[in-house]
Amino acid sequence: MFGKLSLSAVPYHDLIVMGAVAGSILLGVVILGLVTYFRLWKPLWTEWLTSVDHKKIGIMYIVLALVMMLRGISDAIMMRAQQAMAAGMSHGYLPPDHFNQIFSAHGTIMIIFVAMPFIVGLMNIVIPLQIGARDVAFPYLNAVSFWLTAAGAALVMVSLGVGEFSTAGWSGYAPLTEKQFSPGTGVDYWMWAFQISGAGSLLTSINFLVTIIKMRAPGMTLMRMPIFVWSALCTAVLMVLSFPVLTAALGMLTMDRYLGMHFFSNTLGGNMMLYANLFWIWGHPEVYIVILPAFGIYSEVVATFSGKPLFGYTSMVYATAAIMVLSFSVWVHHFFTMGASANVNIFFGISTMIIAVPTGVKIFNWLFTMYRGRIRFATPMYWTAAFIATFAVGGMAGILLAAPASDYVLHNSLFLIAHFHNMLIPGALFSYLAGFTYWFPKAMGFKLNEKWGRRAFFGWLVGFYLSFIPLYILGIMGMPRRMAHYDNLAWHPFLIVAAVGAAVITLGVASQLIQLLVSIKERRAARDLTGDPWGGRTLEWAIASPPPVYNFAQLPSVHEIDAFADMKEKGTAYQRPERYTDIHMPKNTGAGFINGVLAFAFGFAMVWYIWWLAILSALGMIVIMIVRAGDDHRHYTVTAAEVARIETQRYQQLAAARGAA
Amino acid sequence: MKRIRKLILAGLSLIGAALLLSGCGQLLLFNPKGPIGEAERFVIFAAIALMLLVVIPVAIMNVWFPWRYRAARSGDAYAPKWNNSLKIEVVVWLVPAIIVTILGILVWETTHRLDPYKPIETGVPPVRIEAVSLDWKWLFIYPELNIAVVNQLVFPAKVPLSFRLTSASVMTSFFIPQLGSQIYAMGGMQTQLNLLADEPGTYAGQNQQYSGLGYSGMNFKAIATSREEFDAWVQKVRQSPEVLDLTRYERLETPSEKDPVTLFSSVDPGLFDTILVKHGMPMKMNSTDLKSEPQRMHMHPNPSEKN
Repeated sequence: MFGKLSLSAVPYHDLIVMGAVAGSILLGVVILGLVTYFRLWKPLWTEWLTSVDHKKIGIMYIVLALVMMLRGISDAIMMRAQQAMAAGMSHGYLPPDHFNQIFSAHGTIMIIFVAMPFIVGLMNIVIPLQIGARDVAFPYLNAVSFWLTAAGAALVMVSLGVGEFSTAGWSGYAPLTEKQFSPGTGVDYWMWAFQISGAGSLLTSINFLVTIIKMRAPGMTLMRMPIFVWSALCTAVLMVLSFPVLTAALGMLTMDRYLGMHFFSNTLGGNMMLYANLFWIWGHPEVYIVILPAFGIYSEVVATFSGKPLFGYTSMVYATAAIMVLSFSVWVHHFFTMGASANVNIFFGISTMIIAVPTGVKIFNWLFTMYRGRIRFATPMYWTAAFIATFAVGGMAGILLAAPASDYVLHNSLFLIAHFHNMLIPGALFSYLAGFTYWFPKAMGFKLNEKWGRRAFFGWLVGFYLSFIPLYILGIMGMPRRMAHYDNLAWHPFLIVAAVGAAVITLGVASQLIQLLVSIKERRAARDLTGDPWGGRTLEWAIASPPPVYNFAQLPSVHEIDAFADMKEKGTAYQRPERYTDIHMPKNTGAGFINGVLAFAFGFAMVWYIWWLAILSALGMIVIMIVRAGDDHRHYTVTAAEVARIETQRYQQLAAARGAA
Repeated sequence: MKRIRKLILAGLSLIGAALLLSGCGQLLLFNPKGPIGEAERFVIFAAIALMLLVVIPVAIMNVWFPWRYRAARSGDAYAPKWNNSLKIEVVVWLVPAIIVTILGILVWETTHRLDPYKPIETGVPPVRIEAVSLDWKWLFIYPELNIAVVNQLVFPAKVPLSFRLTSASVMTSFFIPQLGSQIYAMGGMQTQLNLLADEPGTYAGQNQQYSGLGYSGMNFKAIATSREEFDAWVQKVRQSPEVLDLTRYERLETPSEKDPVTLFSSVDPGLFDTILVKHGMPMKMNSTDLKSEPQRMHMHPNPSEKN
């Protein structure tokens, strides 16, 4: 009836795990209790869980990312604490099995359930607004994508208390992930969480590709798109091309584990390096999937806060596109040490280094955007300014790993860990937090508290350097990654410094949470009544904050790259149309949410071999798809009168705000 | 600002203190004991020097521009429309491109020269070693001497070492940081590695690729000795009561952690190839092929190519 699942799957004996489980359950109960107490069940269902509005889906993506980030950071702190303790005679407080689960979960969560939903959430909120559209091309598909991602995240969370998580690292190298070496449910949790959220990401990318290609406002040619839209377009292309490879690789691993096949096994013709190749054919573009839109965010922020158009727009577009293309020709640099011939390694080494050229161009373009600007230092600009040189240092480390000869000694060391965190924290995460602060008033209607925002920034920046400079040094000292315990006492002081760094980062994260609470409490004072709190340059700032459900009462027409800056200059901004027309909007539907629930049930059933549930939930997803496709009443109309009422209110508010200013 | 400066100073002094505590000799990759490691250190330094040509100006501009053009001080310098300059564009595309070209040449030359498969020419015949990665220990077979050791590698300094490697379990990576280059050991496949120690000494050796539960303890001492000491050590191994036949090897394959150094006075001939075949190498391939050809990681050589 329940497959392999029994009560013994719950790790009662492990106090640390049970503490985390109890904490999570308690938090869940408190949240459910609050929802019940404030009678929020109905609005929660009708306005959020069933929503197909890109802005609300975007917000839900970001909430998911922030919640999962807390989990990912807890994992990071536990790892740093373990390595700060487990030197020589001491074995720390974590048994190796638990430590291995933690670093596997940390990587999986941070890439798949923090970076991805965070950037997809920002894209959801911003892209339709920046191109002057009323929603994405496929609003229902958008909801399905989100709920698939959430289902994957839920699987990872459940693995905490029911069974175990993978101990094979986030990259899940075969043959360690084969049944022979990892017979438990951990690898299955990892695999299905990846697979299900990967399907969601693929659907998202198709959605954004079509949205950006087909739904731009009149006059917005490709070369007038905001850079963030360009970077999202390139990211969507990368996702469309790379995620199927991940799906196939995980599919083969599934067949190995469930059907006894031999794609990646040692024996019977299997080849583990096939897995490594497939994984990184997805995995390397994945790095750019999370970082290209980050470059886009920095470009938007630096232009707005310097009060100037971005320097070298065309260069920036070509640089982004070049990175997109090149990112598919570098994957072997993840395993130069597998014994390939010098020529193979040289090809992938040099093509990796070539990426430094367009990336370098971008860095100079940001710098020259600031040159002769009038720079206002709001929180988003702090993140951006700190990113540039920090990222350049990480890039330097990247070149050392891209040259095969130096990679032969640096590979798989903590130097590598320092390098990719140097890319992903200042490169991606800082930009997401910059974008979060920058677009928060647009999505929520009020600004975030600056003081706590700056505290969060300094916590992250100082914590980052303290955590990862020691890791660079440890790599040079020859310390491999992923060690639950080590005998070399010379490494110890550096790992203590790194742990202090993690604590400082925690202060930054805490400031971020306090910032959110303080800002919500003071939201009336910080309201954004104009819709343009930063002196923005692109179309999202032309409309109210938060935007009405239809975004634009009349689709804007675009004549320049920075469309809204152009309008403000020509005095055509904030013009009311002569009359309003009816607007057709997609209706909310519970189908996306139910799809996610079924996907979770399917994943859980596959992990525990509960075949009847797997079959039922898979059938259920197909049935929902068919029923939904047959539904002819998928739209509703916002009447012209209703639009006029909403817009009149908006213009009164705007006039009052401008009068006050 | 003062508080920030204090924070940064505190951070720097923490890292500095850690460096002092452990001593710079511990920077193993910058303190190589063989030609491969030395050449790889050169690549690191050369690449850093080249890249600093770009990174230093970036760092300066990164501090200078935000400071100089902050709203309070920008004044007349503010150019709200200025957004392109052909001169700057040419420089920012060309300079990185030139640096990457030079780096490319460096990569081409050093990757060929430091190919782990390339024998090290010193005029001295190399010591052949067959390394087998097991859960979670290393087995080193000296086929020419017909001896084997678990979890310790002893070899003469100033003599090239020629390794063949495979795994009897999951993938691992064989690495002696101070000698240079690591290489993967994979089940059913063999890889090769050539190293040389310039001077006698005891160096850390380790598995650099995560391999499961006992991974952290999967390290060994790599001891470079004089020729005489090495010969004496071989004599000592030959005295060992332990013999590495197939039954004993089967026992070795059982997962275990932190195994003591074990010496084997003799080894089943062809044990390494037996392990290769057992863990996936197709049967068609006989062991003479394995030894004679400088095989890459190929697993399925096409039989028709043999002639």
